[in-house]
Amino acid sequence: MIKVDNITKSFGADEVLKGISATFEKGKTNLIIGRSGSGKTVMLKCMIGLFTTNSGEIFFKDQAISKMDIEAQRALREDIGMLFQGGALFDSMNIEDNVMFPLRMFSNDKRPEMLKRVNEVLKRVDLENVNHKFPSEISGGMKKRVSIARAIVNNPKYLFCDEPNSGLDPKTATVIDQLIQEITKENNITTVVVTHDMNSVMEIGEKIVFLKNGTLVWQGSNQEIFKTDNEDVTDFVYSSDLFKKIRDIQIKEH
Amino acid sequence: MLGKVFKSHTKSSVMKELIMKEIDDLIINSLGIVAFISFFVGGVISIQTALNLENPLIPKSLIGFATRQSIILEFAPTFMSIIMAGKVGSFITSSIGSMRVTEQIDALEVMGINSLNYLVFPKIIAMLFYPFIIAIAMFLGIFGGFLAGVYGGFTTAADFTQGLQDTFYPFHLVYAFIKTFFFGMILATVPSWQGYYMKGGALEVGKASTNSFVWTSIIIILTNYIITQLLLS
Repeated sequence: MIKVDNITKSFGADEVLKGISATFEKGKTNLIIGRSGSGKTVMLKCMIGLFTTNSGEIFFKDQAISKMDIEAQRALREDIGMLFQGGALFDSMNIEDNVMFPLRMFSNDKRPEMLKRVNEVLKRVDLENVNHKFPSEISGGMKKRVSIARAIVNNPKYLFCDEPNSGLDPKTATVIDQLIQEITKENNITTVVVTHDMNSVMEIGEKIVFLKNGTLVWQGSNQEIFKTDNEDVTDFVYSSDLFKKIRDIQIKEH
Repeated sequence: MLGKVFKSHTKSSVMKELIMKEIDDLIINSLGIVAFISFFVGGVISIQTALNLENPLIPKSLIGFATRQSIILEFAPTFMSIIMAGKVGSFITSSIGSMRVTEQIDALEVMGINSLNYLVFPKIIAMLFYPFIIAIAMFLGIFGGFLAGVYGGFTTAADFTQGLQDTFYPFHLVYAFIKTFFFGMILATVPSWQGYYMKGGALEVGKASTNSFVWTSIIIILTNYIITQLLLS
């Protein structure tokens, strides 16, 4: 479980996060949603330690990050898997080496053992026979899968995903969403996904945190999001014609 | 930046591979251009010196002497380093800058890896071999001068060799290699800094590479002046 307690973050005079508190539960896919510029990615980067907060505290399993010594922080980072928006695969390495990278850095296994684990996770994300290709030789969807494989190869306890569907066609996006949810359940890990894709909200949004201008304005599940009266949330949810039409049909049916 | 480069070391087996790769990228892959430029510039120095010797009282051995002094004292260490600021410096800045804009550096940090140590330390170690390149530049520059001078009909092999040996101070070589060491460190660190701390997208990677060349050149020239003042005057 991850707990965020009253965190603020500013860049100069620009206050991006304004006292956000939320809890992200183990074994669930937790979504941070909101419009562009609402502070979703900044919040995620604060949680994974790429940004330091100005105030407030972030707890991993009741341990505050700011109270951890360097060794504890390092150990925590080994428990974190991250799927970046663009994949962030290392261009100079082939797929096999990309996925093996965390193992090479943190385990003392021999190469055949590491290769066995790499092949296992590549198979898990439905990628086989791509070991010797380079990131520039595979599609966007495959890059996301490789990135997921790299994120889970070390059996992390926390999985963070920054807009995992950006740049993907709807079908591939759904496959990636399902993959993230399946991995969360199989490994009983805490997954936090930043997205503004309503399909993802419907597919995997077990716990949703809605941000607007750096403030948490609503939280609930994907079932509750369609029933809420919160104007900010309904503006966001029904900004798409498709969802407007679904709502109109539902109103007519009732 | 430098403080963090030497902290939280990357696993030694991984670091060994990174160092070997950087030696290949920065040193071995530079040998061709260094050899080509040194050989022909050495030849041109020899020809230019010969063409400017109009007084028959000045011995032809001066061609070998001038070629040696020009190449050992300035051309090989300093001007080859300016050329390397373009080749190696731009490569370092653009490769690290690309990693910055595509979040690869963030990925390293999230994994708990000291990205500065992972990316910059191997380059600093690889550039300890930089004097090896400059030694080759010195040899080929003088050899090019010899061939151009002798086979161009400007001097004889005996005169050129005599000039090479005239008033030779071994300390000049020590001076050249001391400044080569400093230039190597500048070539590893300034472009790394430019790439690592850049912000923006692909366009900014290009701008950072240009800035890297400009600043590396300026710092090399200033360092050259300071070291020369300290060691030779």
